[in-house]
Amino acid sequence: MDARKEEILRRSGVNVRKCMKCGKCSGTCPAYDEMEYHPHEFVAMVEKGEIDALMQSPSLFKCLSCMACIERCPRDVAPGKLVEAIRLEVIRQQGMNHLKADAIPALLDDDLPQQALMTAFRKYSK
Amino acid sequence: MQRIGVFVCHCGTNIAATVDVRAVAEALQHEPGVVISTEYQYMCSEAGQNLIKDAIRDHALTGIVICSCSPRMHEATFRKTAAAAGLNPYMVEIANIREQVSWIHKDIPAATEKAIVLGRAAIAKVHLNAPLKAGESPVVKRALVIGGGIAGIQTALDIADAGFEVDIVEKEPTIGGKMTQLDKTFPTLDCAACILTPKMVDCAQHEKINIYSYSEVSEVKGFVGNFRVTIKKKARYVDELKCTGCGLCTEKCPQKKVPNAFNLGLDNRRAVYIPFAQAVPKVATIDADYCTMLKTGKCGVCAKVCTAGAIDYQQKDTFVEREYGAIVVATGFNPIKLDAYEEYAYSQSKDVITSLELERLMNAAGPNGGTLLRPSDKTHPHTIVFVQCVGSRCDDSKGKSYCSKICCMYTAKHAMLIREKYPDTEVYVFYIDVRTPGKNFDEFYRRAVEEYGVHYIKGMVGKVLPEPDGTLTVRASDLLSNEQLRIKADLVVLAAAIEPDKSARPLATMLTASMDTNDFFTEAHPKLRPVESPTAGIFLSGACQGPKDIPETVSQAGAAAAKVIGLLAKDKLTCNPCVAKSDELLCNGCSSCEKVCPYGAITYVDKEFRGPNRTTLLRRVASVNEAVCQGCGACTVACPSGAMDLKGFTNSQIMAEVDAICK
Amino acid sequence: MQVNTEFRPKIVAFCCNWCSYAGADLAGTNRLQYPADVKIIRVPCSCRVNPLFILRAFQRGADGVILCGCHPGDCHYTTGNYYARRRMTLLFSMLDFLGIEKERTRVEWVSAAEGAKFAATMNEFVETVTKLGENKRLEDLRCKKS
Repeated sequence: MDARKEEILRRSGVNVRKCMKCGKCSGTCPAYDEMEYHPHEFVAMVEKGEIDALMQSPSLFKCLSCMACIERCPRDVAPGKLVEAIRLEVIRQQGMNHLKADAIPALLDDDLPQQALMTAFRKYSK
Repeated sequence: MQRIGVFVCHCGTNIAATVDVRAVAEALQHEPGVVISTEYQYMCSEAGQNLIKDAIRDHALTGIVICSCSPRMHEATFRKTAAAAGLNPYMVEIANIREQVSWIHKDIPAATEKAIVLGRAAIAKVHLNAPLKAGESPVVKRALVIGGGIAGIQTALDIADAGFEVDIVEKEPTIGGKMTQLDKTFPTLDCAACILTPKMVDCAQHEKINIYSYSEVSEVKGFVGNFRVTIKKKARYVDELKCTGCGLCTEKCPQKKVPNAFNLGLDNRRAVYIPFAQAVPKVATIDADYCTMLKTGKCGVCAKVCTAGAIDYQQKDTFVEREYGAIVVATGFNPIKLDAYEEYAYSQSKDVITSLELERLMNAAGPNGGTLLRPSDKTHPHTIVFVQCVGSRCDDSKGKSYCSKICCMYTAKHAMLIREKYPDTEVYVFYIDVRTPGKNFDEFYRRAVEEYGVHYIKGMVGKVLPEPDGTLTVRASDLLSNEQLRIKADLVVLAAAIEPDKSARPLATMLTASMDTNDFFTEAHPKLRPVESPTAGIFLSGACQGPKDIPETVSQAGAAAAKVIGLLAKDKLTCNPCVAKSDELLCNGCSSCEKVCPYGAITYVDKEFRGPNRTTLLRRVASVNEAVCQGCGACTVACPSGAMDLKGFTNSQIMAEVDAICK
Repeated sequence: MQVNTEFRPKIVAFCCNWCSYAGADLAGTNRLQYPADVKIIRVPCSCRVNPLFILRAFQRGADGVILCGCHPGDCHYTTGNYYARRRMTLLFSMLDFLGIEKERTRVEWVSAAEGAKFAATMNEFVETVTKLGENKRLEDLRCKKS
């Protein structure tokens, strides 16, 4: 098996084979309309080993982590945990800069705590 | 010294691929007492059995050891083989080298060595085997059917038509079960009541059938052919013999606010009630939880209006003890509780209902007289959403792991009936898979789609949201067009999973019949003995064994009846000869064994023994009733003097096995 | 610490005919592996197992003994496994007192449907006993083949 897929499965603790493809996760998802790949597709694509496409998709960060899909999945597959695991995979990429200093002024918001910005900067600038 | 034959089976390659069968046969050849040791491809085949028979005759064998599959599989076969060759069938021992060796080990030397050890243990045991003769016990020619739904009714009718007496025990005031609550039945769409009620009447009128309604089984003793069952007749506060079923009391009772269980609480009934017009027996019952007279002693209206004088507030539960040769379990099913599926808003909105509730809403005898109206505001629903697999096919932590089997078909039926009666209604069915195996089933489902225009959408409903305007927003995924749908629905119907009735578990304990983790009764063999429980004399009918639709239930009910008839047609049953036996010379009359025996098979008798100097001693010793003893062996361990032993599994036999294994 | 890799324990498993033996059969049918060190003796019920059988096993050089029966409440003979449970509790604490570690003896409930549990239990039990090593207590040296 693809080593990265294995790592994603190990990190998330998700057994994608348990999925019976009912689509309840996507029926539940509040961020559905914002997403390119939907929760059920995350499960199917991880099973097929198409991790790259998921890592490059903005869908990854459209997930609100509301855990509704985890709560409601009848088969206890937990697509939300897969999303988290793939996010970690993106964050842990060496030499990949996901948040450039130049982009920050445009993102600034008075209500946003400075600390959050710093955390994000540390996290995504590697 | 016994003359023992050893026969090692290849089981095709099932055993031979992992176990060096020739090496096993050769190793066992040198065991004490073994006069012949051989191997063959299929010992259970006719040629293999002939090989055994010839060896028994040619070598004058007194005991045989078969190294083959599990004794649960072919012990009976080889015992018959031995008997056919003139050897006592209980001189056969099986070494299980398939399930316990070849199938679970991969290493050939290790597997071969283990097979040899198991063979040695069997040889050691057979050395101490003694010929046993099976006793006989009479058969009571009457059957008990527990549960009076369509399964129980069909079983009872079939047994009774064969000329045997049948008693039906039904916990509700009437027989009929779940089928009475159904409106129409798939795939022919005939009305459930029209095909069921004649059968209910047949039951009531059949001279061989006796119905105990509003009754429960409270105790089961005995064994196959001789069950002694105590039936508790719950007090219905109405004399069954006097009540004419006129229904006057059910109209005059002042207590009007009792949720009508027959209509699943969708409307109310009185405290004294007859569940429905075609009830059998058509006798009123007073609901003690709601009756003012029974609770406070003030009322008595029903007694005043009853011209037959049938009302009896003093009635108590009564117990009847009856004997039966066979017991059929037909306890049926219930839809599961939906509390755990809060996302469907079942407890929040009256307009989210189960499919069984929909049956009542659509039934002409239902709360709305057959007009489909929303339970909340009694308006006609224009958009109806059906949700499949609610609680079925789930992970164990989320619901039932099995497919409830009937939902796909009844949902197609509901969708079709609604579209036919109210063409202005949009019907959506959200499905994961549509499962329609069965005669004319898939055609039926296709008709719902093609002729009636029901919208079947592959995907699952994620959330049902009750809106302030009384509608329900259904959020669901459409997997094939890869979009999330938001449907404004007036009514949401949940296809709730079905589970065995709650009374089944305690009943299984009483019957010592085994159940699976979902509380469905286990069959003796999943393919070859599907209507028998592993416990002799207990038979299974209907959904208590697994989810089933009506045609399947009826065919299984008939099959169970055939098995019961086969049993009751016998005059005597041969008993298991592997029963306890007390050595009277060692027994000191302490009663330890009597106390542990679950069957009451041990009694104490005073017996004369020869004492010293030509005197006679009177001693109290244990005596085992061989027809009642089931051979568990509890007494053998309890006996402090070592007098009690179990034939077929004697202390010395098991010790010999232990020794052989530990050598 | 030196581990003797050659050591294979001798394990005697008493299985009741109705649940655990059927569970063992199911483990076989499902091809679930467990070590060949486990040898099963079929008894009609767990209550048929006399404490003497277990003492005899240890005397003859067994390294571990496991007794399997139906789940409480599911006994084919209604109450047999309750008797077994009580008897074994007493016996095992006595064996513990005599120096046979509690880990070498076990009572486990395995139903006819639990093939996987049977295999898992046996794997785990064999591993535990293997770690404990050879049992010397109670062993009758006269019975030992030289």
